[in-house]
Order: sequence, then C-alpha cells, then structure tokens
Amino acid sequence: MNMPTRRDFLAAGAQVGLGVVLAQALPGISFAALPGAGPLVVVILRGALDGLSAVPPYGDPDYHNARGPIAIAGPGESKGALDLDGFFGLHPAMPLLHERYRAGELLVVHAAASAYRERSHFDGQNVLENGGERPSGTASGWLNRALGALPGRGVEGLALGQNVPLILRGPVPVGSWAPSALPEAEPDLLTRLRDLYSDDATLGARLEEATRMDALASDEGSGGGAMGAPKGGGIGRLKTIAETAGHMIAAPDGPRIAVLDAQGWDTHAGEGAAEGQLAGRLGGLDQVLDALRTGLDTEWSRTAVLICTEFGRTVQVNGTGGTDHGTGAAAFLLGGAVRGGRVLADWPGLAARHRYEGRDLKPTTDLRSLAKGILRDHLGLPETKLAEVFPGSEQASAARDLLHS
Amino acid sequence: MLADRATLAAIATNRFGFGARPGELDAARADPQGWVLETLRRPYQPPAELTGLAPGAELLASFLALRADRAAQRKAIARDAAANNAAKRPGDAVRERLLPQYVAQAAARTRIAIGSEHSFRERLVHFWSNHFAVSIDKPICLATAGALENEAVRPHLDGRFEQLLVAVETHPAMITYLDNQRSMGPNSQFSLRAARRAERATQGRTGLNENLAREILELHTLGVDGGYTQADVTGFAAVITGWSIGGGEGRFGSGEPGGFVFREALHEPGARTVLGRRYAEGDMAQGLTVLRDLAAHPATARHLATKLARHFVADEPPPGLVDRLTRAYLAHDGHLPSVYAALVSWDGAWQSAPLKFKQPCEFIYSALRALDLAPPEPKPLLASFEVLGQRHWSPGSPAGWPDRQADWDGADALMQRIEWSVALADRVGEARSAPEAADAALGPLASSRTRAALASAASGSQAVALLLMSPEFQRR
Repeated sequence: MNMPTRRDFLAAGAQVGLGVVLAQALPGISFAALPGAGPLVVVILRGALDGLSAVPPYGDPDYHNARGPIAIAGPGESKGALDLDGFFGLHPAMPLLHERYRAGELLVVHAAASAYRERSHFDGQNVLENGGERPSGTASGWLNRALGALPGRGVEGLALGQNVPLILRGPVPVGSWAPSALPEAEPDLLTRLRDLYSDDATLGARLEEATRMDALASDEGSGGGAMGAPKGGGIGRLKTIAETAGHMIAAPDGPRIAVLDAQGWDTHAGEGAAEGQLAGRLGGLDQVLDALRTGLDTEWSRTAVLICTEFGRTVQVNGTGGTDHGTGAAAFLLGGAVRGGRVLADWPGLAARHRYEGRDLKPTTDLRSLAKGILRDHLGLPETKLAEVFPGSEQASAARDLLHS
Repeated sequence: MLADRATLAAIATNRFGFGARPGELDAARADPQGWVLETLRRPYQPPAELTGLAPGAELLASFLALRADRAAQRKAIARDAAANNAAKRPGDAVRERLLPQYVAQAAARTRIAIGSEHSFRERLVHFWSNHFAVSIDKPICLATAGALENEAVRPHLDGRFEQLLVAVETHPAMITYLDNQRSMGPNSQFSLRAARRAERATQGRTGLNENLAREILELHTLGVDGGYTQADVTGFAAVITGWSIGGGEGRFGSGEPGGFVFREALHEPGARTVLGRRYAEGDMAQGLTVLRDLAAHPATARHLATKLARHFVADEPPPGLVDRLTRAYLAHDGHLPSVYAALVSWDGAWQSAPLKFKQPCEFIYSALRALDLAPPEPKPLLASFEVLGQRHWSPGSPAGWPDRQADWDGADALMQRIEWSVALADRVGEARSAPEAADAALGPLASSRTRAALASAASGSQAVALLLMSPEFQRR
C-alpha cells in the first residue's frame, strides 16, 4: 500500500470532502470494550424516523386514509410492504433487514418512546441519550453509566467517529476513532505532545486513548481500502465505516459497545412512499446494517444492535407531502443474540381518538424497558444497577425474553 | 482584578476575535476592550471578498430550474429506456452547477476570517449564522446557505435583533430549509379550491407544515423552555402560511424566481392566537407582528444572552452574566451592540485562564492567522474543514453546531488536529519561527512549558506543529 505523502493530503482531503458534499453527514460510531458479554451496538437515527413508513401497520383500517399519498401498500401489492406478521410490514427499501427477520434475528418494536413527550429534536435526543426523564440536568449518557455499573471495571471506551455522542459520555473513559484522510503523526511528535499535555488532564487522556485505538484499528482493518479515507461518497462510505467497526468489535481485545449516529430522518416535506426521500435513506440504512454484520463475521451470532430514534412523526400526512414531529415511534433489535422474527407492539390504533394529543401515534412501550432488558440480559448488568443507569424509570421495568439466553 | 495590558490584548484578539495576526497584539494593547468593540462602530461595508458572489435568489432559481429539468428527464427516461444512457444523470447537473458556488462562498468566508482586522465582527457573523443555521446536506440549501449569511446576517448583526430575525425568516434559504414555501392554511383560497375538486388527489398537498414555526420558537427566539405550547406552534404556523418563494412548479410559479414571495392564496385567513395574544388578520403583516413580539419577549432575551455568554465565556455560562446580558437586551429594545458592550465590559470575560475549547473552524482560522499564511486554493483549503469535522454551513440540523467542549474534544478529533497541524507545519517548513509566532499570537498566554517545547523541538517545522497543538493554542 502506498502511503500518501504529506503534500498529497490536502488534495486527497479535497477529493474525499467535496466528493461527499451532497451526501449525509458522517456517522460517528463510539465503542467501549467489555470482556465476556456479546457486543452491543446502538444506532441512533437523528431527526425522528417515521415509524409508520418504516414499519407500516398496513392492517390498521385507518392507515391508508391517514397517510394518503405516502402510505405504503400492503404486501403483495405493487411496491408493497414486506410482510412481518400479517398486520405490520417492513418498508420495501429494506430487503436485507427483512431477510434477518425471516432468519429470526430481527425484533421489531412499535409505538415505542422514551420518557420525552414534547417535540424538540434536540431535547428529545438528550432524553434518549441521557436516560433520564428530562432533557437537561444529566451530563452523562446511559451507556456510560452502564459501563460504570458493570462488574469488572477498568473497561475502556472508544469512538469510531471524531467525537463522542452524549449517550456514551461520562466518567468512564471513552475514546473515539474514525478513518483519517491524513498521514499518521510520527511517534517523536506524539512523545513531545504527551509531555506538553502532562499538566492537562483532558488533552493528555484523549491523546492516550487516540493512540491506542489507532493501533487497534491498524491491526483489525479489513484491508481493502478501509484504512485511511474510504473512497466514494454517501452510503459507500458509511458501509465501509460500519464494516471496519465490525472488524474492530470482533477482535479479541476489541471494544464491545458501539454507538452509530445517522442523521437525516426529519422528513417534513416530500417524504415519498415506496420510493423517494425516506425510501432512499432506509435503503442506505439497510445496507449499512448489513455491512456491520459482514464485518462482525462469526461474532454476529453474539451481537445485539438496538436501532432507535428520538420520537415518531404525525399520523396524518401534512400539507407538504411529509410529516411533522410526533411521539410514538418504531425501534428495532437486530443480531444473532436476538430472539427475533416477531413484532413487539401493544398497538393503540391510528384513529384520531386513539392518538396521543389527537395527532401522534400513542406510545405504549417505553424504550427504557427495552434498554434495561438488553443491559441486564445481554451485558449482564445486575438488576439492582438498572435504576442507577435509568433514574426515575421504575415504571419501565426491564423487558424480558428479548435475547436468547 | 484585571491582568496586565499585554495579557488583555491577547485575550481580546484570541477570545473575542479569531486569533491574533502578527502585529495585532500591539494594536490591541492600548485599549483591549476598545479594540474589540471598535469595528462595530463603523457602518457595515460588505467585505471585498464577497464581490462577485451570486445572490441567493439567483442560486435558488438555478436549483429550481435544475430540479425541474431533472423531473422532466426522469419522465423522458421512463418513456424511453435508451435515453438513460444519452442523458447526463440529473443529480450531476445540480452538483456541477451549484457546488462551485458553494466552494466560492465557503472560500470567501474563510479568506475573510483569516485576513480580517475586524475579527470580533467575523466571530459574530459565525455566531449568528450558526444561531440561524441552515445546513447544506439538504440539497436545496447547498448554494443558498452562504447567501443567507451574507445577505441576512452580515448586514444586521449590529442593529436590533428584530431586524436580524425578520431578514433571516424571510430569506429564501430559511423558507426552503424549514419547508415553509408550500405550507398552506386549511381555509386558504388554494385549499378551498382543492377541496372542491377530487379530495384524495390533493391529500398531502394542502395543509400546514409546522417546521419553520416550531424552530423559530424553539431555536431562534424563545428557546425550548420559553413557555410555548403545541397550540402556539400550530397557531404560528398558520400565521406564516404564504411565506414562500417565487418560481416554483405549477401554481407556485409566480414571483421573482428564487426570491421571497408572500402568497395570499396559501395564507390562512383570520385572527390567530400565539402565546396568549390575539393577532388580527393582516396578511404578511400578521406574521411580522408576531416576530416583533417574539423579539421583544423576555424569554428570547434570556435565550440569546445564554448563547452569547456560552460562546464567549463558558460552556456553562455564569448566571450573573446571563442576567446582565438579558437586562441589556431588554433595556435597549434588542439593540445588539448594547448587548455586546455589556459582554465585553464584564470583568469575568477577561480572565487570563482559557475559558473555551476551540471548535475546528476557530482552530483553523487562528492557526493560519498566527502563521500569517495566505490561504491555499479553495478546494484544499476547504478540505481542512472537512477532515477536522466542521464543513462550512453543514451542522446537519437547524440547531447549528454545538458550542460545548464535550462536543468537540473526542480522542480522534484531537488526533485529526495533530495530523492536520503536522501537514500544515510541513508546508510552512522553516519559513516561520514558532517562538516568534508564539510571541505574536499568544504573547503572555504562552506557557513556559510550551516555550521550552518549542525551543527544544527537533526541527522548525515540528516546533510549529507543537505550537498549534499546545494546550493554550487549542483554547481561547
């Protein structure tokens, strides 16, 4: 492999950067190492995924009327949903995920929500990530608190992505890693910087974390262009990053907890139905999740992936062929460790009288129940610690039987 | 107790500006506070770097025309599969035409930030542009995000907030970013006409879109805890139905293509209530009156005060400073220079210990300023922002870029800065003396540990990288 010279970097960066200028923002994937338990990946879909299109309840008598031009047709119809259980379907842009469902590896959850009941993306994401009941006042994320509560502390964290999202921030050290378009710095400079940072706790710790994770990534890279800057824009780039993340997790000393960020789900206008804006994003997500599975290889059989969003969208299509901020949403639990092939939903119905505040899908499942079930049954977090990770969640008891025992 | 004047000059240029250029510490030394505020006393002149950039309306009109072409081509392709090979892919045409416009705007913005002698003003441009963020990952904004900053933000950051607010919310970039152009009242002329025809065919094409109304309340004015309800969002959305753009498809074709248009036919007639106040029907004036009241609202004053204090002084701003700025805002009817003056004259803003971790763009600007480097060609210049994680005008959401250290200080982000600094230092070679650059950029803020590291570096180039990555250069 030819290492780029330093003079090349700006030009190379220009190709990478401007090549993806029209594409989505990069995801960040954040990791934390955890011996023993199977890997956990949390995928946050920022912007509020429309669960009524991703997982259309085609069997609900009010679905097609409420959704009009953006309704997904039922299974068997032209461009229809991929059937799940005779009532719910999966958006036709996600055939790979549907294969996982049929393989018993995908659990679909519907009408789910965090503790948040307003309609701000940013507060909604804060609640989803801080695990509390309110958007502010909790500076750490629930995954970081979970790491702190697990037996055998001293666990290290890492982010694939330049910075660490709130869900993984907190007292337990968590690093970050992303593919770089730039040549590596020489060891002599890093030694001098270590000295320069000896009085600076933050920068000193960050430098140590970054150095270790660079080493891990170099050992576990998939080879074919995954190291350095992935080529191509948009989905191709995301797939490369997800696959590399899978390799890193699968390494014997690799991290065991990852967080993947994906933006761009805020479909206020021109959302589309079986084809169009949202379909394009869902198709990309379908491929990115499959790339993660490929990267994990045999480790996939022990993996759980939680895919969630800050809230849902309005039941009724709005005036611009899209949907506004809502409440109840869809979520997914995916992976070889998951007892899948089923839909978990206490379906409230879509008729106006069944909606939350007359406009949104009423939430009937608490996302914290899912998360607590995963932490307890997948990562082995003691029951007594769950309340520390999710303060104020007494009403949301840990869900059972999400995973193979 | 205030530090000595050399230290205050370094704070003025680094904390309030984009970092000292050579000679700037001397210029600021006589009156550091005055240095900060002086540039706002002059009437606004567009920087020369903006000359020749196309107006936002023209760029949006190009986008609309290209999108219409694309739709027509898709129809043609559907008719004739062979056309698929002959025709250029329509998405490419948008990129080819509009990406160079984006590059030109971003390069101009960067050149201004690096060369400006009025970098407090430039920092305010970035601050307000981010407060009213639009993001280029929505294709319609690729070429208009920069235009919003240049046309609505730059001329209005030294007036009253209401003027800035109105300029932004009626700019075609904001209208289209937050999807208001086709939002229509259920009882508007257009909706009633549509209802008389086939109902099913127009479902999803008539009705409100509440995106712009919600973000004005949540992000631009009151703040998320500012006391509004869902009913206020819906009511306000009805008020601003008709705030649209010219040159759209079909019935939306009238008006200057790409420019702001008030479309009477989409507007929901009648009085509305927002935040407990009743607004009589008045076409576009109804919405302007709501904006005026929002700008004067105490929650807006506190929201803006908090953001300014966070940007300049601390991730968790001192309540005393927030109160002070809130009072200044309310006492002066939202006159922004009065708020800036209240900030700059607050002693706590002049502590010599660094208060903020630099965001990537601040780091890049300050590095090129400290080294007195001419910006490279636009594409490699902009690649720097890409690799450090802060591409111009692409925060990905209307909330804008976050403004706390925890959002920017990831381990990998630090390593990217190191690698970038090495690459820049290699380009500089021995042409710059790092100790001299430390004197000129940081003055007394450069620590003895950093000075020792520069003195003992293996090469002049390595010393430059060490300076840029020193703890005091990473902060302000």
